[in-house]
Amino acid sequence: MSARDGAAGEDGVVRIPGARAPDRRREVDARGVRIAVYEWGDATAPPLLLAHGGFDFARTFDVFAPRLADAGWRVVSWDHRGHGDSQHTALYSWEADQRDMLAVLDSTTRVPCPAVGHSKGGALMTQFIQALPHRFTRLAAIDGLPSRSPAPDVAEHERTRLLAEELSSWLDRRRRVATIVRKAGTPDELARRRGRMNPRLSHDWLRYLVSVGAQRDPDGWRWKLDPALRFGGFGPWRSEWSLFRLPGFPVPLLGILGTVSEPMDWGTQPDAVRPYLPRGSRLEVVPDVGHFIHIEKPAAVADLVLEFLSA
Amino acid sequence: MTIELTHSKVTLALHELRAGEGRSLLYLHGLGLRAPSAAPSESDDWPGPVHALDFTGHGASTIPVGGGYTAELLMADADAAVARLGAVTLVGSGLGAYIGLLLAGARPKQVRGAILCDGSGLAGGGPHPVSPRMVFVDPSAPAPPDPFALVELGSDLRPPDYATSFARLATQFSGLTRPISVCAVERPDWLRAVVEEVGVEEASLEDALAYYAAVV
Repeated sequence: MSARDGAAGEDGVVRIPGARAPDRRREVDARGVRIAVYEWGDATAPPLLLAHGGFDFARTFDVFAPRLADAGWRVVSWDHRGHGDSQHTALYSWEADQRDMLAVLDSTTRVPCPAVGHSKGGALMTQFIQALPHRFTRLAAIDGLPSRSPAPDVAEHERTRLLAEELSSWLDRRRRVATIVRKAGTPDELARRRGRMNPRLSHDWLRYLVSVGAQRDPDGWRWKLDPALRFGGFGPWRSEWSLFRLPGFPVPLLGILGTVSEPMDWGTQPDAVRPYLPRGSRLEVVPDVGHFIHIEKPAAVADLVLEFLSA
Repeated sequence: MTIELTHSKVTLALHELRAGEGRSLLYLHGLGLRAPSAAPSESDDWPGPVHALDFTGHGASTIPVGGGYTAELLMADADAAVARLGAVTLVGSGLGAYIGLLLAGARPKQVRGAILCDGSGLAGGGPHPVSPRMVFVDPSAPAPPDPFALVELGSDLRPPDYATSFARLATQFSGLTRPISVCAVERPDWLRAVVEEVGVEEASLEDALAYYAAVV
């Protein structure tokens, strides 16, 4: 029996037009950390690495990835540590994510391959490719290009107060993080909760994500994301440092940006990033879409990426 | 006596080096090292108890799998000790000095003075990023210390203006006229900037300890 779109089938998975589960699933041991890896497409096709954004998971590509796979690519994605079905670890950092990424790449191919990354996945890929340029041929970054840090429009004493509050709040949470559990709820409640950070995505899509990306516990459904992870934060890194070294990016680059600001975007403006793009790169601006360009416009973004990969 | 503290998925070892009443003197060790096994002689005149913490991946604390260390995470390690001990005066060496500065800014009411001393890992990775690179770590190397900690905390960025923002927080919110004392002779960029801030004084370790012993 097939369920109508937006309703759950007998397997509990909500039906969404164009969504397709990965063809294969495997695990990689990333120096002791268990990383869940997913593949769409012919196992003998040329590989393409696909990196998700922060607080997402690989199966958020269930509509986008099949479009690339059907064009002849072996699309390989993975859940970052602490996300999806990958191991919850004691520590999280940019460097650790990159080491995990290398373990996935090594388990996939030793031949240079293209990569696609969304948001944090694009930024991770950008730095990763700069470190290991001989392992890659191209990069498509979907709202994953760096930007200048926006100059806060507040006086210095106010900035100091805001930093004090942020630090205190972060440390308070660290003191109790061992006992924090994600709030359980019905699938609709989880979808509505995620909708607060993904306001442009339909409830049906968010319900789909619950059905493939949340776990069912005795007291209800929960997102699998490690509760130790927290949105926002502070630290010494400045996004303009990534921007300033973009002109020397070592492989052809396609940047894709939307035009509608959203809670999870990076505020990257086309005119701000254009002066730093390497020669021969492309920047495509898709009108009337937010941060999740590949979810709002999967066909258009897949066409852009496939054209870029075939150039 | 060793007290076990839970910080997220890590068990931290907090060592009581000398029992006592009142504000504790809390030692934070350098990169790759561990808490001293006995109260250092310079603490003989300290009026309260003396403790020392093993950071994550060091000494008797948990060595987590797969690395992912940041200075901010170690600041939270030290804050777990503060949660247990209450108000403290910090003595940090090397990496522990940098962590002491961060915590003095982040918990200005509970850190009654931070003394920053020479030691391993004082400079970190410098003030600016270098070319991206992959560092390969042998996770089977003998530990502690965790080989990931040695690599990641030996290369974390410490921009001077990031460090000074913590010094300013300490000065603005601690109520102390001198929340930070610098004993270190080595002066990486972050520390050179910090020592110019209001509320930061250069002093010998003995003088700094005597000063904070008198702070109410």
